[in-house]
Amino acid sequence: MAQVQVTGITKYFGEVKVLDNVNLATRKHEFLVLLGPSGCGKTTLLRIIAGLERPTRGEVLIGGREVTGLPPRARNIAMVFQSYALYPHMTVFENISFPLRTQNMNRDAIQEKVAWAAGLFGIDRLLERKPRELSGGERQRVALARAIVRMPTVFLLDEPLSNLDAKLRASAREELQTFQKRIGITTIYVTHDQVEAMGLGNRIVVMDQGRVRQIGTPLQVYWEPADTFVATFVGSPPMNLVEQGEVLMGFRPEDFLPIEGREEEDVERFQFEVTWVENLGAERLVYGNMAFQSRNGRVVSRLAPNIRVSLEAGKTYIFAVPRLGIKLFDRNTGMLLRRVSGVGG
Amino acid sequence: MEGVEQAPVFSLRYVWEQERLLATVMIAPAVLYVVALIGFPFVLAIVYSLSDATTGDPALRLVGLRTFGLVLRDPVFLKALQNTFVFTLASQVLVLVLAKILALVLMEDFPGKRLVRFLILLPWTAPISLSAIGWLWIFDSVFSPIDWIARSLGLLGGPEALLGSEPNLYWLGRPFLAMASVILVQTWRILPLATVILLAGLTAIPRDILDAAQVDGAGFWRRLFQVIMPMLLPVMSIAFLFGFVFTFTDMTVVYVLTRGGPVNSTQVLASWAFFKGIEAGDLAQGAAVALFFFPALAGVTTLILLVARRAEVS
Amino acid sequence: MKDLRALRKKGAIYAAALFFICFGAFPFYWMLITAFKRDHDLFNPESNPFLFNEPSTLEHVRLLFGQTLFMKYVVNTFLVGGAVVLITLVIAIPAAYSLTRLAGRWGESLGVGIFLTYLVPPTLLFIPLSRVISFLKLGESLWSLILVYPTFTIPFCTWLLMGFFKSIPRDIEEQALIDGCTRIGAMVRVVLPLSTSGILTIVIFAFTLSMQEFIYALAFISVSAHKTVSIGVPTELVRGDVFRWGPLMAAALISSIPVAVVYSLFLDRFIAGFTMGATK
Repeated sequence: MAQVQVTGITKYFGEVKVLDNVNLATRKHEFLVLLGPSGCGKTTLLRIIAGLERPTRGEVLIGGREVTGLPPRARNIAMVFQSYALYPHMTVFENISFPLRTQNMNRDAIQEKVAWAAGLFGIDRLLERKPRELSGGERQRVALARAIVRMPTVFLLDEPLSNLDAKLRASAREELQTFQKRIGITTIYVTHDQVEAMGLGNRIVVMDQGRVRQIGTPLQVYWEPADTFVATFVGSPPMNLVEQGEVLMGFRPEDFLPIEGREEEDVERFQFEVTWVENLGAERLVYGNMAFQSRNGRVVSRLAPNIRVSLEAGKTYIFAVPRLGIKLFDRNTGMLLRRVSGVGG
Repeated sequence: MEGVEQAPVFSLRYVWEQERLLATVMIAPAVLYVVALIGFPFVLAIVYSLSDATTGDPALRLVGLRTFGLVLRDPVFLKALQNTFVFTLASQVLVLVLAKILALVLMEDFPGKRLVRFLILLPWTAPISLSAIGWLWIFDSVFSPIDWIARSLGLLGGPEALLGSEPNLYWLGRPFLAMASVILVQTWRILPLATVILLAGLTAIPRDILDAAQVDGAGFWRRLFQVIMPMLLPVMSIAFLFGFVFTFTDMTVVYVLTRGGPVNSTQVLASWAFFKGIEAGDLAQGAAVALFFFPALAGVTTLILLVARRAEVS
Repeated sequence: MKDLRALRKKGAIYAAALFFICFGAFPFYWMLITAFKRDHDLFNPESNPFLFNEPSTLEHVRLLFGQTLFMKYVVNTFLVGGAVVLITLVIAIPAAYSLTRLAGRWGESLGVGIFLTYLVPPTLLFIPLSRVISFLKLGESLWSLILVYPTFTIPFCTWLLMGFFKSIPRDIEEQALIDGCTRIGAMVRVVLPLSTSGILTIVIFAFTLSMQEFIYALAFISVSAHKTVSIGVPTELVRGDVFRWGPLMAAALISSIPVAVVYSLFLDRFIAGFTMGATK
């Protein structure tokens, strides 16, 4: 049974359609990531699941029960906001115990549960502090502890890492995933950061302009993008798209390599005029033009440091892509044409 | 499902979660209060002005515009109308000039500023009906301290004295001086309000803009007129408009100091409406006089909204 | 050279400040000195009126508290002020909350509309309101003031509170909804505790505004024992041509200063309401 299931969700803000017939269902213990550019409707979808927003059409089921018209408190969900939304006038203890106190739980049980949740995140020492006396990382832990303390059916996270600095973010990602595995609560996580999405999600829901473009594992989303939007949104630099007759041909920059030293047999060769080489240390990005017209004017190749071929701007080289790495998309709809079978996934 | 507007799940348990209902219930008392005790009396004022009702005979007989005709033919009314404009404009221009200077002074840091601020704010923070009594005593016909100073300086009371040979000026007893007195007190009263509003505007001017102007070689006056004043314009107009409303429609200073005298020379619309409508009990004429505020209020309100909107846009 | 200019600037500022202090505070100094002067000293046109030429006296203050209804006025003022504060809180808090959080786009316009009713002056409404009061049989009673004063405290306080509520992040409130509160629960347990300074501000304003009010009180109440300070002092202590300046000034001073002190502390917030974002 799906912990969270949404069917046919459509949402208008005034005249603007922000969600268009969204369907998805989580699996048990799953870490599901909603990924998309800002304004794609991912946060609205999360808020509809939480009950903070009411859908114009469609329904939400949590734990098999229809909750569409019910307020948040009747849904047994927990949510962590981007800002952490700690209650500034309460201590850490009061913050964490707040969801329990609204249920009129008895004192001893509250003590016990708060101690457990605080222990889980290593914030036992901070219980008497006020939120303003905490660091960013500590605030995030308090928010997580408050979310987990009453063992909700689902755990909703709205870009919880975006307020942390880059160094903390990696360790927070790791911690978050370890903790989710241990507790096993179904989690829905909203982000616009594809690195977070790829690293954290069991499955990723890629959204754009209020629509779900693809639902799949990180590898599926990366190697088998359902359409050109997913292909260009996921991956940095994004998938190359070039026009070839009636179709768009797509391939990842790391699949697009000089012919020298390639061993695979089954490759497609292309003339590649290099215009600019960017050496980033861990990789080289080579920009240039192909005989075909490219969608964004350019094609990129990403070379790992072990590929030592020397490349100069202004010269033309032969590059190749393995056939398996080539995806074809419909030129008009942008949808993946299921002719070439995929790699990975 | 497609195309069908979903009916909200209705359950009595969650009835207070219906946000629209909750919003309406929470705002209703305030709206009712305003409608019942501002909106309704306002309509009633219009109805009275079209009738000939008095407190002795409050029955409503509509007589059309006859009451307005009576009011307009009344020389005291015309005098009051004129006085109201003199009183308001003179005091508000004074207020703006003085407030500008005072605000610039208060922008500076100096020891004892909190106390200075408190003292300067006193005229606005103290109840006006009581502080006006203080002024009444200052303008006393015999013991006025202003007269005492003038006498000590030889400006008053001597045979050749500049201000006259009588020992006193009789501030509230002569038409011109009485008007000057009420204008002075109203200026005194509104000045702190305008100052603090301007001060809020001044402190909101980013420091770096002033610094940039200074670096660019602009002197004090150039900075004042070409940088500060234009940025302060919205706030200055707000200060002026509020001061205008509070002065145009008020009667406290006039009532306490002169009761409109001598011989109506300080009579303003508000006090005239009071004497007619409340003391003489002529509800119709009182209401009609008071309704002359309405065009001024409507104009000022529109201006305030325009200023606020323009400030928001920029 | 530079020092000289700085010195001159300083001198100008002090001179200006001194002028404005004299202008602003002189009436209060005048009240103070009158309240404690002996009548003989007071009514001597020859002696310097700015100084005590004879020893000071508590005579006037004693007279004020012993032989006038002044204390009664003070009590009446507090009764009216307290009741007005209560009514204002009960009505303005939900209204402001509803306008900021629930009513959406309409909220802001309706809020501005309510604020603008603050500009409708008592002098426009006192005639019809006096009929409403007599119809409700509240004439000559403190209840008439308790009923009418919220017409100016509610608009202004609602407007001020909207500013305070807006500054509380929406997230925190929604978090409370998620954590199991109802809307009203979230308001009571999270929003109100975070707005204590805002609520204190409107308590102060509702009280000082109703304490300062003069025109309605003058129009509705003529029985001595039911007057408030703001009308009792100017009308009852001045009887015809007999001004008892000593007690009068004592009364004016004693009632003004506490109000002024409290009001000053909160004035900046009051002004923030007036400027309506024109300072941004």
